[in-house]
Amino acid sequence: MDFNDTAEEKQFREESRAWLKANIPAEAELEALDYLQRARLWQKRKYDAGRACIRWPKEYGGRGASAIEQVIWNQEEAKFDSPQSIFGIGQGMAAPTLMAYASDEQKARFLPKLASGEEIWCQLFSEPAGGSDLAALRTKAEKRGDEWIINGQKIWTSGAHYSDWGILVTRSDPTAQKHKGLTYFFLNMKSPGVEVKPIKQISGGANFNEVYFTDVRIPDSQRLGAVGQGWQVALTTLMNERASIGAGGAGVNFNLAYKLAQKVNIDDKPAIEDRAVRARLANWYVEEAGLKYTGYRTMTAMSRGQTPGPENSIGKAVGAPKTQDMASFCMDLLDMAGAVNDPELAEASGLIQGTFMAAPGGRIAGGTDEILLNILAERVLGLPQDPRADKGIPFNEVPTGKG
Amino acid sequence: MNFEFSDEQNLLRDQANGFLRDHCPPAAVRKILDGKASYDEKLWRGIAEMGWTATTIPEEFGGLGLGYLELCVIAEEIGRAAAPVPFSSSVYLASEALMLAGSREQKERWLPRLATGEAIGTFALAEGAGRPSAKSLKTAISKGRLRGTKLAVADGDIANVAVVVAKTRAGDKASWYLVDLDQRNVKRTAVSTLDPTRSHASLTFRSADAELLGAEGEGWALTQKLLDRAAILFAWEQIGGAEAALEMAKQYALGRYAFGRPIASYQAIKHKLANVYIRNTLARSNGYYGAWALNTNAAELSLAAASSRVAAIQAYYLASKENIQTHGGMGFTWEFDCQFYYRRAKLLSVNIGSEAHWQDRLITAIEHSNVA
Repeated sequence: MDFNDTAEEKQFREESRAWLKANIPAEAELEALDYLQRARLWQKRKYDAGRACIRWPKEYGGRGASAIEQVIWNQEEAKFDSPQSIFGIGQGMAAPTLMAYASDEQKARFLPKLASGEEIWCQLFSEPAGGSDLAALRTKAEKRGDEWIINGQKIWTSGAHYSDWGILVTRSDPTAQKHKGLTYFFLNMKSPGVEVKPIKQISGGANFNEVYFTDVRIPDSQRLGAVGQGWQVALTTLMNERASIGAGGAGVNFNLAYKLAQKVNIDDKPAIEDRAVRARLANWYVEEAGLKYTGYRTMTAMSRGQTPGPENSIGKAVGAPKTQDMASFCMDLLDMAGAVNDPELAEASGLIQGTFMAAPGGRIAGGTDEILLNILAERVLGLPQDPRADKGIPFNEVPTGKG
Repeated sequence: MNFEFSDEQNLLRDQANGFLRDHCPPAAVRKILDGKASYDEKLWRGIAEMGWTATTIPEEFGGLGLGYLELCVIAEEIGRAAAPVPFSSSVYLASEALMLAGSREQKERWLPRLATGEAIGTFALAEGAGRPSAKSLKTAISKGRLRGTKLAVADGDIANVAVVVAKTRAGDKASWYLVDLDQRNVKRTAVSTLDPTRSHASLTFRSADAELLGAEGEGWALTQKLLDRAAILFAWEQIGGAEAALEMAKQYALGRYAFGRPIASYQAIKHKLANVYIRNTLARSNGYYGAWALNTNAAELSLAAASSRVAAIQAYYLASKENIQTHGGMGFTWEFDCQFYYRRAKLLSVNIGSEAHWQDRLITAIEHSNVA
């Protein structure tokens, strides 16, 4: 047992680090740019050097790298203060779906532009009536000649306001059973009839949108998979939600809480001397370390060319509630000043309060805590699914609530 | 990255698992629970014949001279089987203490016998309720003879030799003494504990023969060092036990029907067991780090020990209590085996210091390092 890279991995790591060091954008270069421009500048630079989407085949702009090389690259890139990526959904979810279902011409047309950051994609899956129960979606698709006419509404669409293209699941046959009447498309977000409205979150930000479709026309050539097979295609997308190995650790973490406990006093003594504080910090350390070493186990499997086990799927189920609790705890340490989030006055420029307000979203987005526990129970422990009241019933006869 | 047990170590785990399935089924644990015997003597002999008691003892002292990764793998299986044997006392504590501080002569006298399982060893620290400290110790040497009472000493009723922590004036105010328990001046009284499958005793030293083990006035530092190492091995027993409890709960939930469907299909049960799986996984991954640190005697050993220990205590407690809960009323009956894990989880969690103690040590380890 050791933590060392193999000779090839070591070489790849060193080479990656050297390239990153030489090419990471300087502050002066970024100063005048907004976050979209910054992200695009960095992505294009990586793409031109063959260091974007490195697991993809070379013909689509990738590097044909292995899974472990991707992890090493992510680890090394995370060590630099590079512009935040806005391409995750397109590259991590839309692209694998295109690779599996699009025509060769479409792959050649779209994948390199996804890799280079020239075009940004969003994912139009969730609806007001279908969140965790994604397949309950209602956005209507009707075939008319060589085109489909789309009417309905999507919600929680990250980045819809700056996206060029989107992947979309629709209901093409409401008389079929829930999972059987779906059809999958991609569409130009600038198509007539697409309307994007930002959703203001409790954290104050607006990363998500509602997207309305009014008689939007999509050519049949932009259908992915057969008519009625949309659920299978959607599963391809969802299975490619990126494994976040070696990532995380930023924001409110053990280190921040530990340093804060050294700095603030409880009854005239540093909070770190308080037994209750120590016990809670120890518990979080154990969770963070447990996730880190679970990642190492996954990396080991990848390094050996094996498929990682299911243990890595615990990450968000542990991390998201932990972040929320730690932010809450850190505010308690600050005591009566804990609520102050004025960046000029607040500890860590208000990061703690910002994290506290963003944390509920972390426990919901990309699979709620409850859905993640269902997934662990069903796919890892092999426990049965819940009986479903909508099974075997045409979708348009399934009972619905007021939504 | 090579953060995984080797093929040979995994093979050893499989062998240990197979041996314990055959020789330590639940019926064997129950026999000790219900009967008068302090431990399963036949199983102990079998374990010794497998060489497990000799794992890390150097070959020159009759051992196998293997590493700690091998011992962690065996500990996991001992824990999974809830084996009613003095393995932790004799192997993780007494043998380790001798290897840590013994003179050549002391090692030659005891290690070969401990390696073959012919002798059982233990470690005597606590003197009643509360967390012991060097200052709180009352057991002491006077005119070359040991006096005092230790409670609770795991396997104190069956052990042949004990490493006793006693008060001293010099150094860190404690010294280790090696005490042959088969002498008239040691009174042993078996005490009833939460887990009758692991016997405990009080040991009273009435001017007992005792010889210094290690340097005088270094006993407290040695104790910390020993317990750090033992914490990782205890953690692996706890990980094995926690997995056994989860497996038992899962099997029951799949087979038990309520309202016309398996209770395993209810989210209340699924989420409960998924949470147990999460804690078990965190404990296992921390345990990997502990195993690595122990095997390489890493500078981070203290931190790795405390984090392995805290994660394992929490995981086993959760898994064992939720196993009973999943079983419902049947889990509360003497007839069902759920109690094995519930008892053992709590016993192991207090045996070498409680959760609060190790949480505190974890933060202390961070304060003493520059990792954070």
